[in-house]
Amino acid sequence: MVISNKPLQFIIAILIACLPIFGFANNPTEHTTSQTETTAVAHEAAPEAGEETSEIKEQIKEVIGHHVLDGHEFSLFSDSETGAHYGFPLPIILWDNGVHLFSSSKFEHGEAVAESDGIFYKLHHEKIYKTDATGTLTGDEHHPTNIQPIDLSITKGVLTIMVVALLMFLLFTSLAKSYAKNGGISSGVGRLFEPIVLYIRDEIAIPNIGEKHYKRYMSYLLTIFFFVWFLNIFGLTPLGINVTGNIAITFGLAVITFVITTLTANKNYWGHIFWMPGVPTPMKIILAPIELLGVFIKPFALMIRLYANIFAGHVVLMSLIGLIFIFKSWLGSSLSFMLSFAISIIEILVALLQAYIFTMLSALYFGSAVEEHHHEEAH
Amino acid sequence: MEKLINDFSFGLFIWQTIIFVGLVLLLKKFAWKPILDAVNEREEGIKNALLSADNARKEMQNLQSDNQRILQEARMERDALLKDAREMKEKMVADAKTEAQAQGLIMIEQAKAAIESEKNAAMAELRAQVSNLSIEIAEKLLKDELSNKEAQVKLVEKMLGDAKLN
Repeated sequence: MVISNKPLQFIIAILIACLPIFGFANNPTEHTTSQTETTAVAHEAAPEAGEETSEIKEQIKEVIGHHVLDGHEFSLFSDSETGAHYGFPLPIILWDNGVHLFSSSKFEHGEAVAESDGIFYKLHHEKIYKTDATGTLTGDEHHPTNIQPIDLSITKGVLTIMVVALLMFLLFTSLAKSYAKNGGISSGVGRLFEPIVLYIRDEIAIPNIGEKHYKRYMSYLLTIFFFVWFLNIFGLTPLGINVTGNIAITFGLAVITFVITTLTANKNYWGHIFWMPGVPTPMKIILAPIELLGVFIKPFALMIRLYANIFAGHVVLMSLIGLIFIFKSWLGSSLSFMLSFAISIIEILVALLQAYIFTMLSALYFGSAVEEHHHEEAH
Repeated sequence: MEKLINDFSFGLFIWQTIIFVGLVLLLKKFAWKPILDAVNEREEGIKNALLSADNARKEMQNLQSDNQRILQEARMERDALLKDAREMKEKMVADAKTEAQAQGLIMIEQAKAAIESEKNAAMAELRAQVSNLSIEIAEKLLKDELSNKEAQVKLVEKMLGDAKLN
C-alpha cells in the first residue's frame, strides 16, 4: 500500500505543478481543492495509525497552512508542546485614523491582544482585526466581521523583499562597477550572472520585442527575472519563506507588467484590440470585447501561474516532508524523504523556470504592444 | 477565488510595489545601464577586433600573393636575362670566330702576296746575277778563245762548212 501510494502522490504533485501551465481559464478554487486533496491523501496514508498520528496530521496541516501565508513575525520554528517560538518580531504599522507603530511581539504569536494608543488589535490567521480589551471576534472562525485597519506592517514577506532588493542592488552594482575596474571584463561574484543578463537580452528581449524597442524594457525584464528567481530560491531555503507563492506579490508584479504594456502600447496594438484589421466588420465587432478581455486576462494568467506554481510546490513539498513524520517507519519515511528530496530538486528547476516564464511572457506582451507590422502585406 | 481574495494582503501588495518599482529604477541607473553599456561596448570591441583581424589577414594574403607574383616575375626576368646573355655570348663568340677567320684569310692572302713579290724580286735578282755571271764567264771565255786565232779560223771554217752542207 505504501509503495502504490508513491506514484499517486507524484502524479498529484505533477498535476498541481502543471495546472497553471494550462492557463488562466482554470478556476483558482480548483487549485486550492487540489491542494487540500494532496494533504488529504497525505493524511489517508496511514489510516491504521491511532490518535497520535491524527494529532500529527493536524499539526502538519496547521504548519503548512501557516507557512504558505505571510507572517507578522519572523518565526523560524516553534515547539507546540512547550509553546516556545523561535524567531524575531517585526514592526507592525497600522493606519487606523493615524499611524500605529508597535512590535509584533505584543501579539504574543496571536495569543494576546495588542494595545496601541488606546485601540486594541488582535492577530487572527495573520490578519489584524480591531477588537476590544478581551479580544472578542464576531462572526465565524475564518471570517471575523471585525473592522480591519489598513495593515502596512513590515511582514516576513516585506522583509524578504527588502533583503532580496538589497542583495540584488549590491550584486549588480558591484557587477556594473567591475567593468570599469577590469577594463570591460566583469569580475567577482556578479560575473556569474553576466551570462544570464546576456541571455535575457539575446534570447528573451530581442526576439520577443525586437531590436528597435527592446532597450526600453531591459531594466524591467532583468529586474523581474532576478527578483522572481531570487525570491523563489529564498522560498526553498529552510527559513520558511513563501513570497512568490503569495497572491499579493504576483498581483503586484502582474499589475506592473500590465501598466507598462498599456502605457507603451502603440496605435497598432490598440487597433488590433478594438478594430482587428483584415477581418469582416461583423467579426470585428465580435472580436473587440474578446480582445479587450484578453488584455486583462494576460496579466491575470501571469499572476495565477507564478502564484499557483510556487504555492503548490510549497504545499506538496511540505506534505511530503510531513509524511516522514506520519509514517514513522524505516521504509515509509525514507521513501518520503527520497521523494521530498526529488521534489526539492524539481522545485529548484521550477524556481528558475517560473522566473523565466514570467520574464518571457512579459517580454511577449511588451513585444505585442510595440509591434509594427503592415497587415496589407502580412495577410 | 474566495480564498485568493481572502489571502490577498493589501499591505504586502503596497510594499512590494513600492520596493519593486524603486528597485527597478535604482538598478536601472546603477546597474543595468552600466552593465549593458559595458557589454555592448565589449561586443563592439570584439566585433571590430575580429573585423580588423580579418582585414589584416586578407591584406597579408594579398601581400603574399604580390610577393609570389613579384618573385615569379623576377625569376622570369632573371631567366630572360640569362638567356639573353647566353645568346649574346654565343653570338659574340661566333662573330669573333668569323672575324678571326676573315682576318686570318686576309693575312694569309697578304702573306701570299708578300711571298710572291719577294720571290719575284729574288728571281729578278738571281736572274740579274746569273746574267752578269754568265756575261762575265762569257767575257772571260771570249777573251780566251779570241786570243787563239788559228783555232778561230778553223772553227769559222768548220761552221761555214756545216752551214754549206746544210
